Amino acid sequence: MSNGKVDVVGVDADSSAAALKAAQNRKKAKSMGKSLFNWAAGLAILFALWWLGGYLIYLNPDTTNFSDFGPIPTFKAFPELFAIGKIQAAVFTSGYRLGAGLLIAIVVGIPIGILLGRSVVFRELSNSPFQLIRMISPLSWEPIAVIVFATWNGAIVFLIAVAAVWPVVFATAAGLAKVDPAWFKVARNLGAKPWHMVTEIILPAIMFDILTGVRLALGVGWIVLVPAEFLGVTSGLGYSIADARETLSYDHLTAMVLTIGIMGYILDSSCAMMIKKYSWHH
Amino acid sequence: MERRNGVRIDIGDLTHRYTAKTPLTFEKVNIKAEPGEALVIIGRSGCGKSTLLHILAGLLEKTSGIVQLDGKDVTEPSSHWIMMFQAPHLFPWMTVEQNVGTGLRFARWPEEKMKKRVAEVINLVHLDEFAQNNTQDLSGGQQQRVALARSLVMEPDLLLLDEPFSALDAFTRATLQKDVRAISKQLGFNLVMVTHDIDEAVIMADRALVMAGSPGEIVHDFKVDLEDPRERQDPEVQAMRANLMEIFHQAAGVPVDSSDEEGDDTSQPDVELVGN
Repeated sequence: MSNGKVDVVGVDADSSAAALKAAQNRKKAKSMGKSLFNWAAGLAILFALWWLGGYLIYLNPDTTNFSDFGPIPTFKAFPELFAIGKIQAAVFTSGYRLGAGLLIAIVVGIPIGILLGRSVVFRELSNSPFQLIRMISPLSWEPIAVIVFATWNGAIVFLIAVAAVWPVVFATAAGLAKVDPAWFKVARNLGAKPWHMVTEIILPAIMFDILTGVRLALGVGWIVLVPAEFLGVTSGLGYSIADARETLSYDHLTAMVLTIGIMGYILDSSCAMMIKKYSWHH
Repeated sequence: MERRNGVRIDIGDLTHRYTAKTPLTFEKVNIKAEPGEALVIIGRSGCGKSTLLHILAGLLEKTSGIVQLDGKDVTEPSSHWIMMFQAPHLFPWMTVEQNVGTGLRFARWPEEKMKKRVAEVINLVHLDEFAQNNTQDLSGGQQQRVALARSLVMEPDLLLLDEPFSALDAFTRATLQKDVRAISKQLGFNLVMVTHDIDEAVIMADRALVMAGSPGEIVHDFKVDLEDPRERQDPEVQAMRANLMEIFHQAAGVPVDSSDEEGDDTSQPDVELVGN
């Protein structure tokens, strides 16, 4: 008899747990649906405003020559630009420059950030020089970079690295300042060597902060990339914009600008996903 | 896991001060222990017992004196003597299994051998079903069990415990006290524990060393000659507790009052670490 009762209670408990889970799933799906709707609605509003602006430009006789800035000519230009390989080539070239600059910023920035976070002497010694150099607009290094580097490519990569290194440095140092000192004590107690401290404790502990810094660096690098490509080079997204302006191809120009926005958005979203993946904070 | 032999502990005329300008933390402390013995050092906050434990772990430099394990000087941390701290200090980006295997990864154990050892130790502390969980999802008691497993996986000859159960609820604390003592006896390693909880000392110690004064010194060496397993309500345990309480209060220079058994100040002095 008691067994029968236990079974009944067990079935009730199972079914109520399943019902609870189903309700949670429904709530989660509803929330995701709402987020997706808002995401699409935001983009729709942006494009509606763009279309309205383009239409107003078209209606005004003084500005009608610029109506190619509107969304319809822009979207018509995309297949054409793809067909001649202009977008692919520009994205690849700019992507390479951005990637190289960002890689240098990460490789240089993380060790400096760790040093800043771990050594009081280094922190005090470097504070003034770093703050001073950080405040110099990255683009103002361009004349020097052109002299120093043999190629424009090298100069642009340098400008991106100079711009992107600071967010990585300071995010890494700030992350390290929040690390529980007891983790180092425990690690030493378990036989950690100095490189274990870096690879097993410091880097995983501050991965969230490093990736946040990389995300900021990516934004800064992307912003510096386009004006840096306005001068000297004959490839890349910045050059393509300048070229389209020279040839009065406003539909091509806007298509390239939109490409910059889309690429930046994709890169930033990828960073956000990585941050979410590697964050251990509950 | 294999049974260990424990170590012979020899502390002679050990003296410590943090800096030349600060007063002595303790002076001429002498402790000897046989392999496999469980020592509990009890004393009020600030008498230097936690500092003494850090020196024994090789995490802090002594000012003068001898600290030897099996005749060898202790100058740095080692996998042969592992310390458990007041808080578990688990690595929150790791699972239970990864946390437990940390020391073995540092020692570059082969993957398969390491997995086997980690599984054995997780089983020993009854956390098998949580092996793949993130440590942030565990209760305080379970987290302290992970910290215990992380220490035991190194097969230490000596386990040093710096009030590791003080932040736990009474029930979990009592369970862990019995478990840690049972495991130490089962595996044969030495225990040296610091506490200001008299009950804990009676449950866990073969010998209770009372530390008092400023600078601190060992004022009494009390043999806790009781059968295992030890239960709080056992009259013999109660009698031993009363004796130790009296000695503790005499050492502290305060009248005996059974309600004041855990000291009045739970704060601990910060410990400055060597080379950290």
